[in-house]
Amino acid sequence: MSGATLHPRLQEIVDDFSSVPDKDRLQLLLEFSQDLPALPERYAAHHDLLEPVPECQTPLFLAVEVEPDSGRGTVHLFFEAPAEAPTTRGFAAILHAGLDGLDADEVLATPAEFSSRLGLADLVSPLRLRGMAAMLARIKRQVREKR
Amino acid sequence: MALPHDSAPKFAEYAHPEMIVSTEWVAAHLDDPGLVVAESDEDVLLYETGHIPGAVKLDWHTELNDPVTRDYVDGAGFAKLMSEKGISRDTTLVLYGDKNNWWAAYALWVCSLFGHPDLRLMDGGRAKWIAEGRPVSTGTPKRPQADYPVIDRDDRQLRAFKDQVLAHLGQPLIDVRSPGEYSGELLHMPDYPQEGALRGGHIPGAKSVPWARAAGADATFKTRAELEAIYQGEAGLTPEDDVVVYCRIGERSSHTWFVLHHLLGYPRVRNYDGSWTEWGNSVRVPITRGTSP
Repeated sequence: MSGATLHPRLQEIVDDFSSVPDKDRLQLLLEFSQDLPALPERYAAHHDLLEPVPECQTPLFLAVEVEPDSGRGTVHLFFEAPAEAPTTRGFAAILHAGLDGLDADEVLATPAEFSSRLGLADLVSPLRLRGMAAMLARIKRQVREKR
Repeated sequence: MALPHDSAPKFAEYAHPEMIVSTEWVAAHLDDPGLVVAESDEDVLLYETGHIPGAVKLDWHTELNDPVTRDYVDGAGFAKLMSEKGISRDTTLVLYGDKNNWWAAYALWVCSLFGHPDLRLMDGGRAKWIAEGRPVSTGTPKRPQADYPVIDRDDRQLRAFKDQVLAHLGQPLIDVRSPGEYSGELLHMPDYPQEGALRGGHIPGAKSVPWARAAGADATFKTRAELEAIYQGEAGLTPEDDVVVYCRIGERSSHTWFVLHHLLGYPRVRNYDGSWTEWGNSVRVPITRGTSP
């Protein structure tokens, strides 16, 4: 696929998805969803600190932190989505695996259409994939505000 | 060979008790030949996290829709889909799913367009099955390929198109969306994505009866008396009415279609699946804003 170069960590995820046959790709998304880290206590007890992502079919909440370290701004991501929403959790887990711990500039360089490179459109439907694009847009906006 | 009906007293009150079964009934008949149970969810991965043992997956978005045209699969596509899932024309097909059976009702409505003879909904859906601690499996069932015949889809009785709705103005219409979508304040469901309607409001004359009012807290359908109080008492419908129901893309209104057509027995109920994503984008169709029909 064409388009902007991906950070190696995101490219690794794209390669993982493209290396498996269609049928196993959903299974891979399910495995991601099971690996989404739980919210740390400081957010679990303070839902008001989380930003809702209404573009996802099932409500998802996220928080973004940018460390003020020597101007690079290491980004940390936190997500919450219910267990009954494995697709949404899977999207969040992919972004967590790909972006958590990167520099602010690296996160901001992520192409908006990243979600379309995972080969999920036919399996998951483009409508459902919109949720991931919206999560990424909100993450990038928060990084810009907080760096 | 069709399976016996569920003789639960609650169902016997409904106009078509043969269209609904309980979780108990499904548990008792799970291994019966001639039965296929299918899960249809909003979330495309929920089935993979665990489903009724032996149940197949039927995805509304990736399987029942035509991938190019905004329409459902055609007769050949439906025959292929059913055959692959091990469903024959004489199979008793029981559908269930998440969110009050919202998507399961949608799948049942699409299967009805092909006139599948024995369709049933499992009352309470996935949530009730799990709440009762019944077994779930993550295994992929291996059903032998069936030979489902190619049946032309018949859109005349159960489906309404925009031109027909325009001609229907002045006759009973039920808008099953949330109050904010009905009034025009919101262009989409609360907490859901904007799906591209340019104008907000409702079809003139449509009465507002949000779809989930037909279900109780445990996701099961309300009793016939309770449903009559809502649709006849409050919304003023009568069984003789020619009714069109709609929502945003026709999924929530499938649930209401099931209630009116099968539980209350209205013979003439059509689902307008173009719904607000078509109406709210159409040039020069009439729209009413605010809380009154």
